[in-house]
Amino acid sequence: MASNHKHDDPLPDTVLRVKSLESLLIEKGLVEAEALDALIDRYENKVGPKNGAKVVARAWVDAAFRERLLADTTSAVAEFGYTGAQGEELVAVENTDKIHNVVVCTLCSCYPWPVLGLPPVWYKSAPYRARVVREPRKVLEEFGTFLPDDMEVRVWDSTAETRYLVIPKRPEGTDGMDEEALARLVNRDSMIGTREADRPAMAEGA
Amino acid sequence: MQLDPVLQAIDIPQDGDGPVFEEPWQAQAFAMTVKLNEAGQFSWSEWADVFGAEISADTASGQGVGNTAYYLCWLSALEKIVAQKNLLTAEQLSTRKAEWREASEHTPHGQPIDIHKSRK
Repeated sequence: MASNHKHDDPLPDTVLRVKSLESLLIEKGLVEAEALDALIDRYENKVGPKNGAKVVARAWVDAAFRERLLADTTSAVAEFGYTGAQGEELVAVENTDKIHNVVVCTLCSCYPWPVLGLPPVWYKSAPYRARVVREPRKVLEEFGTFLPDDMEVRVWDSTAETRYLVIPKRPEGTDGMDEEALARLVNRDSMIGTREADRPAMAEGA
Repeated sequence: MQLDPVLQAIDIPQDGDGPVFEEPWQAQAFAMTVKLNEAGQFSWSEWADVFGAEISADTASGQGVGNTAYYLCWLSALEKIVAQKNLLTAEQLSTRKAEWREASEHTPHGQPIDIHKSRK
């Protein structure tokens, strides 16, 4: 398990103000967390998981891009025009036959939003934040992701400065597919690491 | 994406695809406002009065007019209107903000943040 980054820096003042409003309004029953998330999902369509999916698909087909992405993720992703706030570093972690990566923010909900949009409800939930560090395999199984016993699981703890993007493994049976078709296989959760990329048949059925 | 008819009346930054949010907190502030309106806590005309006053003050003080400046005004207006409507007091908000700050500074690595632990 790798958790290399400290979480010492306070959250920006604006974020604290929004979190304060949100948590108080939810506690008083004036708004519902699920309803807020549903609304945000509906309107938040400028940045979304499809940005990340394009990045992953490019990495699958273009070896030179993959190398740039792993060496300097922030710059490689900027080739697509996706940039975040200043001072935020994006780090791509690649799944292989031996390593499975999964991302959490144990403190709050730091998330690579320039490539993935806004975090899903479960990513922000206290159980996920606590449990994925303690028992990652069990949490992954709850997402329907069963890993071989000899697969190493690495859990990455996001911070305000460092956000992680998981590059899922390219699914079997996708040899002839072009970048655009491949991008449709890259679901959001696969870039957080809780699921794998879709197999071609799954994406057609969706 | 098409906005709900009621939202077309409020002037939020958007392009052909719908509202533009540069950072998650902007979408969260937007969503809270929409939900409080839907719940009948305030009307859009009441919102427009409070929000408009924030924008005017911001413009008068020579602040920028970009997306971030716009949603900072939005956030200030939301803090004001929830106080005006007696939903939350300014004191509750500042206390809670201090708790979040305290918790974010002192939560040990690997522990989920929980502001309730520090409130006895």
